[in-house]
Amino acid sequence: MLRFSLSELLQLLKNFCFSFSGKMLEKILILLCLTSAAAGQLCKPDASDGYKVRLSIKTALGDQAYLWDEKEMFLFRSTMAYAMRGQLNQQFDVSNIIVCEETARVSFWFVVTSPLNTSNLVDKKSVEEAVRKHRNRINSAFLLTDETLEFEGIPRTLEAPFTPDTPPWLIVFGVVMGAVVAGIIVFIGFSVVQKKRKKNKKTPEDEDSEEEESRGKTMENGAANEGVYNMSFTDEERFTRI
Amino acid sequence: MRLVLPNPGLDDRIPSFEDLKRMDKEEGGDRPKWDNKAQYILTCVGFCVGIGNVWRFPYLCQSHGGGAFLIPYLILLVLEGMPLLLLEFAIGQRLRKGSVGVWRAINPYLTGIGIASMLVSLLIGLYYNTLIAWIMWYLFNSFQSPLPWSQCPLNDNGTGFVPECQRSSTTDYYFYRVTLNSSTSIVESGGIHWPIVVCLLAAWTVICICYIRGISTSGKAVYVTAILPYIVLAIFLIRGLTLKGAFTGIKHLFTPDVNELANPTTWLNAGAQVFYAFSLAWGGLISFSSYNPIHNNCMKDAMILTGVTGFTSVYAATVTYTIVGFRATERYDNCISNNILTLLNAFDLPEDSITTSNYEAAFTYYNSSNPDTVLGLDIKPCDMQKLLSEGVEGTGLAFIVFTEAITKMPGSPVWSVLFFIMLFCLGVSSLFGNIEGVVVPLKDLKLLPQKWPQEALTGLTCFIAFIISLLFAQHSGLYWVTLFDNFAGSVPLLTIGLFEMIAVAYIYGMDRFNEDVEFMIGYKPSFFWQASLRFTSPLIVVVILAFYLVTLGQEEFTYLVWDPESEKFPALASVPYPSWINAAIFLLAGVPSLVMPGYALCRLVYVSCKNRIQGNN
Repeated sequence: MLRFSLSELLQLLKNFCFSFSGKMLEKILILLCLTSAAAGQLCKPDASDGYKVRLSIKTALGDQAYLWDEKEMFLFRSTMAYAMRGQLNQQFDVSNIIVCEETARVSFWFVVTSPLNTSNLVDKKSVEEAVRKHRNRINSAFLLTDETLEFEGIPRTLEAPFTPDTPPWLIVFGVVMGAVVAGIIVFIGFSVVQKKRKKNKKTPEDEDSEEEESRGKTMENGAANEGVYNMSFTDEERFTRI
Repeated sequence: MRLVLPNPGLDDRIPSFEDLKRMDKEEGGDRPKWDNKAQYILTCVGFCVGIGNVWRFPYLCQSHGGGAFLIPYLILLVLEGMPLLLLEFAIGQRLRKGSVGVWRAINPYLTGIGIASMLVSLLIGLYYNTLIAWIMWYLFNSFQSPLPWSQCPLNDNGTGFVPECQRSSTTDYYFYRVTLNSSTSIVESGGIHWPIVVCLLAAWTVICICYIRGISTSGKAVYVTAILPYIVLAIFLIRGLTLKGAFTGIKHLFTPDVNELANPTTWLNAGAQVFYAFSLAWGGLISFSSYNPIHNNCMKDAMILTGVTGFTSVYAATVTYTIVGFRATERYDNCISNNILTLLNAFDLPEDSITTSNYEAAFTYYNSSNPDTVLGLDIKPCDMQKLLSEGVEGTGLAFIVFTEAITKMPGSPVWSVLFFIMLFCLGVSSLFGNIEGVVVPLKDLKLLPQKWPQEALTGLTCFIAFIISLLFAQHSGLYWVTLFDNFAGSVPLLTIGLFEMIAVAYIYGMDRFNEDVEFMIGYKPSFFWQASLRFTSPLIVVVILAFYLVTLGQEEFTYLVWDPESEKFPALASVPYPSWINAAIFLLAGVPSLVMPGYALCRLVYVSCKNRIQGNN
């Protein structure tokens, strides 16, 4: 793309202006040139009070992506004017939003001029606050999100991750522990009851021989409280003598 | 071959065939019994198939030549694992005692083997249950949407994320900071992290209730804990195969690199994996077999178990790598998209000008035309192979890679719950064997009163173990777990396994062993089994043990820490161990190994003293 520097443009215009003799015409033309040049000078890349905007329409919308043309640009400028009105309570207009350096990426720089004095720029901080306050509305005007409509230098306000009042894990833990502890109590209670029942049934004779058995059964791994003792198992296994 | 060491009094210590026949007919005794064969097989399968099948074997497979790794693995499974299984099954079934009782019956001087098994089971059980506690934490936290590890917390002014999370990843942050709150070294204990204490309590109480009446309760629990993992793996297989990038993962896992077969490390790692996979030398298998009827076909059981373990390893590896492939593809696509965006932004090009297909060409073009700008952009190259092989082992696989992949699947909480329930079942069923290997020897050694009911024994063991495992609830707990994993679970097991084989083959006697097997199942073990038990398996174990000791001696004692201040962050930084760690390592690895000769020596001294005193009198 051919790009003229602003000074060259000025020069060209001046030459054009001076080629016409009318002094009035000259003056008007110079004035016009200067204003547009001034406006051009207000908006430039890395302007101290300007922001770079980058849109990623195809990434966000895929097939439903719309074309970025001057209608969309007009929408952007009017949305920004709306945001500035909301922030500073002054009568911002579409003409107060100046855009330059548009690229095929769909990125551009913009600056905001004050409605009271069009040669002054609104400071960076106010623009940033305006954008942050109205971010949602700006995004939805373009069907985009914080990532796909980037204002370079303005951080996104992130939503805090949702934390419920009672951590859910505590609930699950409580359920599991409750079940397990209840189970343990049931088991122990069951075996205690069984033992008591067996003790009541036993005769003294059985009790003696049973004690002999349990003394000899040093090596058995027993669920010793359950089941019926097999009394015929009198010839004990020969165990290791240590 | 008649090489047998003299072993007087053996017949007095073990039940004779007549005793066994009588016991079998009367079906007597208070010795617990399996309700049916299925319970026994499921318990053994649950014991052998553990978390290692999900997070250790697939990593070994893909890093040692993919499909080619299956060759040493399967060969060693048959040559090393199967004979040892038969040994433990047969000896338990024949002598009908737990691990201490069996070795004491063979020769009182060998009781040390049983004691070593018990110590090793205890040490491994402590850190293994900590892993289960972490799994339970993730399981409890899976009942919410969105999952808590899918988002970073915000920093103080709400403009960005916490830097530690921003620089690493949401799952890294959740594991190292929220779950563990890890300190930067093993020395800084940093106090107790109470969510872990709560989860440890949950884990130990669950084990307690499952094992509260010994195998009569755990035998029922295994119907769930042993079968559920297979069902969940099937569900994940179907889900995984439908994800994008699944076949990339499977291809990466199984693409054979035959050159790796020439590398001795491959064979050694395969051997070690087989040994640990079968949970040999823990004492649990001996105990479980001792509850079998006397004529149970233990040889067939050994072969069934070998087959099942081998199949499960390959099955779990396939499932794991469909998910790993999916995650790697996601990350790769993200990486490429980010790079494309960076290029578009830098050169203000229209959005569609660079796509994934012409990214490479565009990059080279801009790199040649504007090298300075491109350098300033700091574009990171996207490497698919690196993404497929990073962080895919151990806790990293389950808690970082898998959790990240799950957050990207639709319906994440469901998949998360399923995954962690599967890991929980895998872990708990292994722990049944573990706790069997601790409680039964404690009874046999008369360290606990005999009159106590099983409930009290289990409860006391679990309680004491819970107190000790609070060591892992510290902020440095992760590093202690790694320490235990590396040292308590490696050298001692190999040593015990070696001693077991020598004891049975050369002190109990191979001939006697053959007769026992013939009595139990009707025919003697074939030449293959005899040769393996006498020569091949011990030789393999000796070689692996020697390799381990040599590697230990050679390499520096370093470990990996999570240190946000380090330069390599978010990669783990490698830090040397403090000097007192040698004492800890000796306690973990040295004491169980040395208990075996130590006990024999002590007993020798005691017996000779007693004889001298009696002789004087």
